[in-house]
Amino acid sequence: MIAIVDYGMGNLRSVFNAFKKVSPNQKILVTSDPKLIQAADKVVFPGQGAMPDCVRELSERNLIESVIDAARNKPFLGICIGLQMLNNFSEEGNINGLGIIDGRVLKFKPKNHFNKVPHMGWNEVHRPKNHFMWNGIPNNERFYFVHSYYVQPQSRDLVAGECVYEKPFCCAVSKDNIFAVQFHPEKSSQAGLQLLQNFTRWKV
Amino acid sequence: MLAKRIIPCLDVTNGRVVKGVNFVDLIDAGDPVEIAKKYNDQGADELTFLDITASSDNRDLILGIIERVAEQVFIPLTVGGGVRAVNDVRRLLNAGADKVSINTAAINNPSLVSHAADRFGSQCIVVAIDAKKTGNEWEIFTHGGRNPTGLNAIFWAKEMVRRGAGELLITSMDKDGTKSGFDNELNAAISSEVDVPIIASGGVGNLDHLVDGIIEGKADAVLAASIFHFGEYTITEAKNHMRHKKIEVR
Repeated sequence: MIAIVDYGMGNLRSVFNAFKKVSPNQKILVTSDPKLIQAADKVVFPGQGAMPDCVRELSERNLIESVIDAARNKPFLGICIGLQMLNNFSEEGNINGLGIIDGRVLKFKPKNHFNKVPHMGWNEVHRPKNHFMWNGIPNNERFYFVHSYYVQPQSRDLVAGECVYEKPFCCAVSKDNIFAVQFHPEKSSQAGLQLLQNFTRWKV
Repeated sequence: MLAKRIIPCLDVTNGRVVKGVNFVDLIDAGDPVEIAKKYNDQGADELTFLDITASSDNRDLILGIIERVAEQVFIPLTVGGGVRAVNDVRRLLNAGADKVSINTAAINNPSLVSHAADRFGSQCIVVAIDAKKTGNEWEIFTHGGRNPTGLNAIFWAKEMVRRGAGELLITSMDKDGTKSGFDNELNAAISSEVDVPIIASGGVGNLDHLVDGIIEGKADAVLAASIFHFGEYTITEAKNHMRHKKIEVR
């Protein structure tokens, strides 16, 4: 069973629909029940909106413990703010994240209205290393992004994907059983669906 | 590099996609899911649905359409038309829209934009701006360009961004329906004053217009309806043309 963590931040129907499309026979749950997250074989951790709100909502629903537990023990996919929240610290509201990934979340600073914020649209993802999650997806494939903050991991080893917006930034992180992306695979057409399908098949 | 986006716009009423010129002589253009799939297959970067239903009785029909499209098509979906309250935004997002476009209601009640952005995040709030040249400036108009508001378009664009709009959809009421190209002067003026992405709309008659919208109008995305609906061009042809003109596309 794959559990998609629902903590009231954003609509998870697209994520659910996309998993149903690539893996119609698998049990997919959108849930805010810590017990179901614990029982799940794999966990998807999405997020939308502002990170301080996300951290607060996660805490109010008593989900922090089960999310951290999942991130330590089973195939775990972070999406968008779900990636950002895994880090130690965010400039958005100057708050601490879950501290599972050693890194910081920084804001894009637009220069002369040339690079707009949010970074919105389809951008190329370069891959510094191979990973099972990239199977069947060409290097430099485009994925759909919409975000104003990006992650900066402490170690290069954590970077599984890079993108360029004004300057290169990390858009995918991998560490043991964790794979987390800044873009939205559920909105990235074929390439995104392939990534989600890889997750359904990923064994760690 | 970030690609410039091409966004086909689908007019929807009574649960069907329709096509016509200036909302007159509407003919049934087919099933929304099939049309959405076709544009997706051709490489559309996003889809925009505009609910042109006149009576409020049938407004909920758009929800069912968005639900069905979102089960089959995995690219961003924007819905606009008749959005008046935070609850309208919520219902559209829950049905599967990724962004909701607010137009007239933002003028009547600017705090709607602030409230919706606070509640759901700026990334899903698009403000649609309909502007027309009056003298040496552009003014915001409502009701398809019939009613002047006295608001300066550039002032209004900045105000909407300040209130939380994550993107602006700019339609020139002088150009809409003329097939003579976007108002690139208007778009460039707004684009150089705001940090959020802008979508150019209104007036596309050929593929060079899309190119001009990006280069001269400094738009981040271009929206068109009739050139795609009536089969004059496919999205693939539009992308190839833009690529040929050295514009980064997906």
